[in-house]
Amino acid sequence: MEAWISAVLSGILLGLAYGLAAIGLNLIWGVMNVINLSHGAFIALGMFASYFIFKFAGISPFISVFLVLAVGVVLGMIAYFLALHRVILAPELSTLLATYSLSLIIIGLGTFFFTTNPRAIDVGLGSVKVFGAYIPKEKILVGIYSLIFTLLLYLFLYKTWTGKAIRAVSMNITAAKFMGVNTTFILSLAFGIGIALAMVAGALIASVFPFTILTGGVYELKSFVICVLGGLGSPLGALVGGLIMGLLENVLTLKIQVGYVPFLEFLILVIILLVKPTGIMGKE
Amino acid sequence: MKKGYSLFWLIPLLVAISAYPVVTRSVIARESVFLILMYVTLAASLNIILGYTGYVSFGHIVFYGIGGYTAFYLMYKFGVHLIPAMLAGGVASALVALAVGEAVLRLRGAIFAIATIGVNEAIKSLVTNLAFLGGATGLFFNFKIYRSYGGAAKAIWFAYYLMAAVTIVTVVVSYFIKNSKFGLGLFSIREDEDAAAVLGVDTKRFKSLAYAFSAFFPGLVGAIFFFKAGNIEPDDAFHLIKSIEMIFMVMLGGYGTVSGPVIGAVIYERLKGILLVNPLFKNLHMAIAGFVLLLIVLFAPGGIVGLLRERFKKLRGVLE
Repeated sequence: MEAWISAVLSGILLGLAYGLAAIGLNLIWGVMNVINLSHGAFIALGMFASYFIFKFAGISPFISVFLVLAVGVVLGMIAYFLALHRVILAPELSTLLATYSLSLIIIGLGTFFFTTNPRAIDVGLGSVKVFGAYIPKEKILVGIYSLIFTLLLYLFLYKTWTGKAIRAVSMNITAAKFMGVNTTFILSLAFGIGIALAMVAGALIASVFPFTILTGGVYELKSFVICVLGGLGSPLGALVGGLIMGLLENVLTLKIQVGYVPFLEFLILVIILLVKPTGIMGKE
Repeated sequence: MKKGYSLFWLIPLLVAISAYPVVTRSVIARESVFLILMYVTLAASLNIILGYTGYVSFGHIVFYGIGGYTAFYLMYKFGVHLIPAMLAGGVASALVALAVGEAVLRLRGAIFAIATIGVNEAIKSLVTNLAFLGGATGLFFNFKIYRSYGGAAKAIWFAYYLMAAVTIVTVVVSYFIKNSKFGLGLFSIREDEDAAAVLGVDTKRFKSLAYAFSAFFPGLVGAIFFFKAGNIEPDDAFHLIKSIEMIFMVMLGGYGTVSGPVIGAVIYERLKGILLVNPLFKNLHMAIAGFVLLLIVLFAPGGIVGLLRERFKKLRGVLE
């Protein structure tokens, strides 16, 4: 019984973090119709940012994450103008390859400077007993932070002028332009926010699990599955998709071999793409 | 469409490249030419679905893995000769492509790309869990297998000749596909699928066939490569990076052209060789590849062939 409670709780908390990791991808995909293949690389960058701040300044990842957020927005906007702006209206192949080359550059430089040795952040907050199961406090904090960031994104997209402009651009870029929206700025901002969320997710996940520069790729693949599960364009959908993934991974492994989990995840991905490409939460 | 003359220089070029290590009997040259030929075949076959049809098969390496595993298992378990095992590998890949294509080819654009990544990852994790395929550690040849080829050294030369033959066949097939009515249909799908369907192109059958063709040859390549390597494991056979390398070569040379993938593959192999040998760039080759790819995507989407065709109108007949 305790094993089940522990699995479900871990699943929910981990699922929230997965959801946060996927939201950035989802936002960029939904607004710009770009599948950001550099998503994983930026998750890894967030992990390393959090790690180095903790190592050299002793600042907890749960505080430095706000700095990572700010840096992420700027970095993402720069990346947009360097790699994407020229091809934003070109066929998918161009944007896929442009973001992929960005990923190659980041991971290539990361491997060069940081090597691929595993690293970990030990915040050392201890754990709490919930229904007889011990859960590390870091995991709980990661879950709470993920909820907060999702809520903030939701408020930003639905309650502020800039957020509304982002949604307008995602619906009809020409119409938004006629309404006086600076679409170039909005697109770059959306990309910046998406990247920043990826880095935030990386920074938070790094406080729970060990990582290398290549770890981001794993979360990127999971994020694809989550986005497809939850449907495009809604932060809530990504969160729900994340929860399903987290629960699936933690609860299924009590019954079946761990090795089969990725197979099931990708099988789900392909099946959902075929049956209902708008996602289980998406509209027809 | 006017037929071009690219085969008149491509085939002699490939034969000359393949003959070089045979004439010099240099093992080092043989290894790098083997890689070049392998890259040419992979790039030229990906080009059929990516360049001609406009479907971005991001997980295309899955067919190399399927062909490799099928052939390897046949040779390992039943002692089948390389040539029938290789053909079985190619057919297995093509059949999987037909089956998977039935489903994923209904998707378009980026969603199709993601689905192909999903297919590759799903099959990779499935193979990792199958005990009879050796699981995560894979399968290893007993060296006795090479005895029927006259020893390991001769077996490797045999694999080399076979690869050269497969490469030439692939390039010729890709040329004839491009210059056929079938190829014309594929290009019309690339430009506007709905319009093509309205004009009477059986888009579904055309796409499936193109996908099967572009899966068949990587299956052959996988079979030969893993025969030569002597072992096969899931991380090697379904490595997503290799998929990206294939796309890189097609884009570098010029997608949708017959000579593009050949040029792209040769340059890529040389470039990689130089970068990997140089101590300064050894660890940076990924970053440099990314930078080059970005430059191509942003400034020369037609690749090298595209640039040349634009610059020199007279070359259009021979560069297609």
